[in-house]
Amino acid sequence: MPKSEDRPAERDVAGSDQFLTLSLGGEMYAIHLLGVKEIIEYGNVTRVPTMPEFIRGVINLRGRVVPVVDLASRFGQSTSPVSRFTCIVIVEVATAAGTQDMGIVVDSVRAVLAIPDADIEPPPAFGARIRVDFIRGMWRADGRFAIILDVDRVLSVDEICEITHLGQQELAA
Amino acid sequence: MSDDLTAALASYAEESRELLEAMERALLEMEADGPEPERVNAVFRAAHTIKGSGGLFGFDEVVAFTHEVETVLEAVRQGDILMDGSLIGLLLECRDHMTCLTDASVAGTGTGELATRGDALAARLESRRSMPDSGGGSGNSAGGDSWHISLRGGQDLFRDGMDPLNVFRYLGTIGEIVRITTLVDRVPHLSAMDPESCYLGFELDFRTDASKAEIAEAFDFIAAESEIHLLPPCSKLSDWAQVIRALPEADEKVGSLLVSSGMLTRNELARALEYRATADESGPLGELLVEQRVVPREAADAALGRRASAAASRGDRFVRVDAGKLEQLITLVGELVISHAVVTLASGRSGDRDLHEAVATSTRFVEAVRDTALGLRMVQIGETFGRFQRVVRDLSQELGKKIDLDISGGDTELDKSIIDRIAEPLTHLVRNAMDHGIEPVAERLAAGKAPSGRLALNAYHETGSIVIEVTDDGRGLNRERIVAKATASGLVTDAADLSDAEVYQLIFEPGFTTAEQVSNISGRGVGMDVVRRTVEELRGSVEIETVPGQGSTLRVRLPLTLAIIDGFLIEAADGKFVLPLDVVEECVELDDTSPQDYVSLRGEVLPFLRLRELFGGPEEGPGRQSLVVVRQGASRAGIVADRLLGELQTVIKPLGELFSPVKWVSGCTVLGTGDVGLILDVHELIRSAGGGATRALHAAH
Repeated sequence: MPKSEDRPAERDVAGSDQFLTLSLGGEMYAIHLLGVKEIIEYGNVTRVPTMPEFIRGVINLRGRVVPVVDLASRFGQSTSPVSRFTCIVIVEVATAAGTQDMGIVVDSVRAVLAIPDADIEPPPAFGARIRVDFIRGMWRADGRFAIILDVDRVLSVDEICEITHLGQQELAA
Repeated sequence: MSDDLTAALASYAEESRELLEAMERALLEMEADGPEPERVNAVFRAAHTIKGSGGLFGFDEVVAFTHEVETVLEAVRQGDILMDGSLIGLLLECRDHMTCLTDASVAGTGTGELATRGDALAARLESRRSMPDSGGGSGNSAGGDSWHISLRGGQDLFRDGMDPLNVFRYLGTIGEIVRITTLVDRVPHLSAMDPESCYLGFELDFRTDASKAEIAEAFDFIAAESEIHLLPPCSKLSDWAQVIRALPEADEKVGSLLVSSGMLTRNELARALEYRATADESGPLGELLVEQRVVPREAADAALGRRASAAASRGDRFVRVDAGKLEQLITLVGELVISHAVVTLASGRSGDRDLHEAVATSTRFVEAVRDTALGLRMVQIGETFGRFQRVVRDLSQELGKKIDLDISGGDTELDKSIIDRIAEPLTHLVRNAMDHGIEPVAERLAAGKAPSGRLALNAYHETGSIVIEVTDDGRGLNRERIVAKATASGLVTDAADLSDAEVYQLIFEPGFTTAEQVSNISGRGVGMDVVRRTVEELRGSVEIETVPGQGSTLRVRLPLTLAIIDGFLIEAADGKFVLPLDVVEECVELDDTSPQDYVSLRGEVLPFLRLRELFGGPEEGPGRQSLVVVRQGASRAGIVADRLLGELQTVIKPLGELFSPVKWVSGCTVLGTGDVGLILDVHELIRSAGGGATRALHAAH
C-alpha cells in the first residue's frame, strides 16, 4: 500500500506492515490492513442475475450499495457453505475513476498481525493454487505459507467488467 | 493555486460561459428582429462584464480583445455605426474568439496561437469603426458651430471665494461668448434668501477653437461644487436630450430656453424630447454621464456594471448553489424517503389509528419534499435547444442552404446531468439532418417543395421518459442506398430480411456513411455512432421515422433518471425487482399452460418474457404467475413475475461501475426491509431478452 509511509501508527520502525489474516477453503490468506474498512456478518446479499458466478450480489451498507465478491469463486475454487463464521470484509479498491468499496466473502477472519517486510517472500513463479498476479507475496509463519493478496488485482473493476460484458453478450445471443 | 482562487476561477469560467451565451443569443435575436437598443445593451453588458472580471484575474488577452469589441459596441450605442448583418456576423465571430480566449485563459494553456486570429478580428473591428455610417449624420445633430455650456452654480460657490464671472471672463480670452442666459429660477423669496449663497444658473453659447479639455479647464475651480454640462458643436440630438434631462429645471423650461437662444429649433427640441422618452427605457444614468464626459469613464462603468448585475439578478432570481451540496440534499432526501417507508410499514403493522394518521400526513410532506428536491436538478431543455440557433445559422451559410429552425417543447424539464451530455449527440443529429436530410434549394424546388428547408427540435415527456425529436423536411432516408453502402462496407451480408427499422439503425454503425464526399460537416461516419453510444450510455434509445421525399424524424428517448421514482415491486427468481411505475400499464393473471411466449390480450398479441427463465431461477415457481403489461413508447410487452408486491417509492442508487455491463438493470434501491432491490430497465430487458421478443413486438404492431 503506497500510503503506508504516511501512517506511522500502522508501520513500526522495524519496517513491518499490518495485515488481516483470513481463511478460505482451509487456506490462510492475508490482506493489507489499510485497505480494510470494516468486517460485517454475512447476510442479506441480493443476487444480481446474469452476473458472473463470483459476484455474489450486492448488499446495503448503511444506505450505500456495495457489490460482494465471492473470493473462493474468484479463485476458481468451490465455495464453502455459509457458516456462522462467514464474513464480508469491506475493502477499498483503487479504480481508474478513484476508489470503490467492495465486499469479499471469506470463511472466517483470524487476526491482525504485523508482518515484517523481511518475512515476506516474492510470489512463486508457478505452483500457487491461485493466479500469480493476484499474489503480492508469501509469508511464512509457523512452518506454513500464507498468501498475501493483491486486492486491487483480485478485485480489478476493469477485469470484472470485461468478464461480465462477455457474459452479457452470451445472454443476448 | 489556492482553493479560493480555484473556486473563483471556476465561477469566472461559469459566469463567462453564461455571459457569452447571452451575448450570442442577443446577437442572433438582433439578426432576426433588428437591433433593439436593449439587445445592443445586453451584448455590451456581457462584453463589459467579461472584460471586467477577466481583468480581475489578469487575463490580459481577454481584456485587450474584449476592449476592442466593446469600443465598437459603444460606437453602435452612440449611433456612430449601424448594427447591420455584417457587423452582427463579425461580432459573432468575435464572441467565438472570446470564448476560446476565456477557455484558454482559465485552462492556463496560453493564448499564443489565438493571437493571430484575434489580431485579424480586431483589425476588422477597427476598420468597421473608422468608417461610420453616413446615414446618422446631419439629421440627428443640432446646435450650429457653438459649444453649449450649462452651468448651475453650487450653493457655496461665493463662500469658497469663487465667482462665475471670473470664469466667463477667462472664457472670453479663449473664445467668444455668443450668448449668455442667466437663470434665476432657484432664487428663493427674499426672506428665505441667504445673500452668501449662489442660486444662479447660466446657459452659454460659446464659439471657440479650444479643445474640450481647455474649456473644461476654465471650470476647474468651480467644478466640484457646480453642475456643468459641455456640449460640443453639432452635438447629436440624443446628447441634447440627455443634457435637458440632466438639468435640474423642468425639461420644457430648459427646452424653451434653448429654443429662444437659437441653439435648437422647435422641431429639434420636440425630437430631442422624444428621443429622451425612448432613451429613458434603455439608457441607464451611467451612459448619460459617460456620454457627457462629465463622469470619468471608469467610475461610470463601475456603476453600470453594478446596475447590470443587479438587473440580471432581479430578472432571473437564481441562486448559485454548489452541485455537491445539491447532491448531498438529494441523497439525504433519498434516505428520508427510505426510512419513511420503514415507518409507514411499522405504523401499518402496529394497528394504532392515530399513529397511522400522523404517518399518512407526514407522507404527504415527505413526497412534497422529495418532488421539490428533485425539481432542483431539473433544467429546461430550452437553453440547450437555443444553442442550435447558432449552429443552424452558421451551418446553413456554410452549406449554402436556406434552413429555418423551429423549436418547441423548450420548457420540457430533464435532469441536469442528462442535459449536459445530450448536447453533443444532438449537434450530430442536427448537422446530419442539415447536411444529408435537407436538400439544396434547386433540388427542393425541383421536388416542388418550399425553397427553405425546415428543421424542428421538439421535446416532450412520455411515460417516464423524455423524448427529443429532430425533424427535417428533407429527402428522407433511402433504404436502397443504406443497404448498398452497408453491404459494400461489410456491415451486413444479406439485407433482404431486415425490416425497415433495422436498416435505418444501420446508420448508427461506426464508420457508416452514405455521403459521396467527406465534408468537414459530416460524412466521416463518426457522428451517428457517437449519438448512439452516448444515448445508450444514458440508457436511452434512438428511433428513426422517415418518409422518402418528405423528411425524417429522429427520436431520442431518454429516461428521466430521477434520483427517486415511483416503482412497482415484483418478485421473480427469488429476487425482488422494481419496475418504474410509469411504464406499468396493467397486471393480469397468466394462465401459463402454453409454451409460447405471447398471449392474446383483448384480441391483441402481447409478447412477454419470463423473468424466472431469464434470471435462471428455480424451475418450479408458484403455480400462478402474473403478467405485468409494460409500455415503452409505442410498443407493449409483458413481463412474467412470480409475485406482485405493490407500489413503492424508490430511491435510485447507482449500482456502480462494476455493474455497468449489465444493461437490463438501470440502478438499484434499498427496500423498506433493508434489502437491495434491482430496478429493471424495461427497454433493455426486452432487447437483451433476445431478438425473438423484439421481433414479436414489432410484428404485433
